[in-house]
Amino acid sequence: MLVSFGESLSEPANRAALAFSVAVAKAGIDGVEDCAPSLVSVFVQFDPLHLELDALTARLTALLGERDWFAAPMPEGRRFIRVPTVYGTELAPQLEEAAQAAGVSVAEAIAQLSDARVRVQTIGFAPGQPYLGLLPEHWDIPRQTALTKAVPEGALVVAIRQFVLFSVSSPTGWRHVGQTALKLFRPDSDMPFFLRPGDEVQFVEASADVLARHADDPDGGAVIEAIR
Amino acid sequence: MTAALIVHRIAPGASVQDNGRAGYRAYGVSRGGAADPLALAEGAALLGQSTDCAALELPGSGGVFEATAPMRIALTGAPMRAVLDGSPLVWNASHAVPAGARVEIGGAVAGSYGYLHVGGGFDLPQRLGSRSAHLAAGIGSAVQAGQNLPVGQDTGSAVGLCLPHDTRFDGGALRVVESFQTAFFEVETRARFTETAFTRDARANRMGMRLNSDGDGFAASGGLNILSESILPGDIQITGDGTPYLLLWESQTTGGYPRIGTVIPADLPRAVQTPAGGALRFRFVSRDEALEAERKRRDHLRALPKLCTPLVRDPSQIRDLLSYQLISGVTVGDTHDEKE
Repeated sequence: MLVSFGESLSEPANRAALAFSVAVAKAGIDGVEDCAPSLVSVFVQFDPLHLELDALTARLTALLGERDWFAAPMPEGRRFIRVPTVYGTELAPQLEEAAQAAGVSVAEAIAQLSDARVRVQTIGFAPGQPYLGLLPEHWDIPRQTALTKAVPEGALVVAIRQFVLFSVSSPTGWRHVGQTALKLFRPDSDMPFFLRPGDEVQFVEASADVLARHADDPDGGAVIEAIR
Repeated sequence: MTAALIVHRIAPGASVQDNGRAGYRAYGVSRGGAADPLALAEGAALLGQSTDCAALELPGSGGVFEATAPMRIALTGAPMRAVLDGSPLVWNASHAVPAGARVEIGGAVAGSYGYLHVGGGFDLPQRLGSRSAHLAAGIGSAVQAGQNLPVGQDTGSAVGLCLPHDTRFDGGALRVVESFQTAFFEVETRARFTETAFTRDARANRMGMRLNSDGDGFAASGGLNILSESILPGDIQITGDGTPYLLLWESQTTGGYPRIGTVIPADLPRAVQTPAGGALRFRFVSRDEALEAERKRRDHLRALPKLCTPLVRDPSQIRDLLSYQLISGVTVGDTHDEKE
């Protein structure tokens, strides 16, 4: 079951999805097995042999009526994180292509992408991996028609006014514009996931030398401050 | 000393798998677990133990293994040639393995994923609530030659049981239900999709498999700018160039390429076991038909322990036939398939 708060990405719809997902989990509906927000929707996994579709629909509809979800507050304990990022070069070979698709020069692309303060709208695709946005409107560029075979861990990719920062090496249809040394998923740690929905991030331009210095730091040289 | 299975040689990409980790979707971790969950359940039934026990998943071929202590094993999933110190082992059956004995498992005769189970299960540390390696997520890793896999405490003793051979190893027709984005595809495209003969691409893995076909692709109208949504194992995603990918247990948790439909859980074992080049077709079914299939799937899983029957020995494979007492062509005494 998918509960959708909009057809396209908007800040209120994203807030609604994050808050509603928490509410569904708290409701403890018998037969609901998992619940996860994505950008503007909440995916509710249930056992259809244990819980009738109509019964679940009725429960969720009632929950939807309880408040204005689009005005829900952001999650608590949010942080602002500045991450050193190399734009372009052989580390991030699709910057030029992405700039062209957005209709700006490479210099403008770097300035715009490194100035943007974006928010973690959801975690998904891979472990601890954030979708971040929104970027200015001209960054509403489509995915590629073919998949890039693999981008490395820490790769910053762009499409449809969003960044994705990769937590593992993976194939992708998005364009690889920047590279960080951030380790988003630490499976052996008590806190395996670095970023949380609502956190804000800026991908500050850095040189390849600076990035290399942070190679052994799981935070990749990131500077973290609390948002009050 | 705890019992262990020494790995002398092993197929690339082999890994320890259980039922995977549920509940981490919100953190971007897909469930993972055995590619063929039915084969996992069959092994548990043959050894009379919990389906939570972890087994060794063998993609395409097996390896050479040595037991450090007496143990029970079961072999399920894609049938492979297997011998115990030179004597053939029946597939889809349980066997006793003495300390120091070697089990050699060759290439798959049909299907893709074979499973080697041990009594007590492989006792690897749990991470996020599971012993499964999640190769795409970087949790655990593939098993390598030279590794010792610790074996848990075995509380059972029965061996020499077998399950009927299944027919899920040669591809075939898969039942599909409509998913969130099926309506993004023109009716004509959906119809053509169900009329097309696909073959499984050679590069399939635990994340998914590419489906090849002749003729045009299956592009959705305006599908490259849609928002990323939750993905389920069984979803058939169409990439920008119109190629379908069947997503499996270790796939991403979200994705933005549109999905034309979802293969029902009852048919996923057949899907994952389709060998490279194997033929696949898709058939849309109603929600009611899918629910009925799910009911049957669960009934079958519950019935598995009762379907286990004693192995009947094949006289041509008994080396010391004359030492057995033969009455009317029936062997009497130990009907197990291995040495005690």
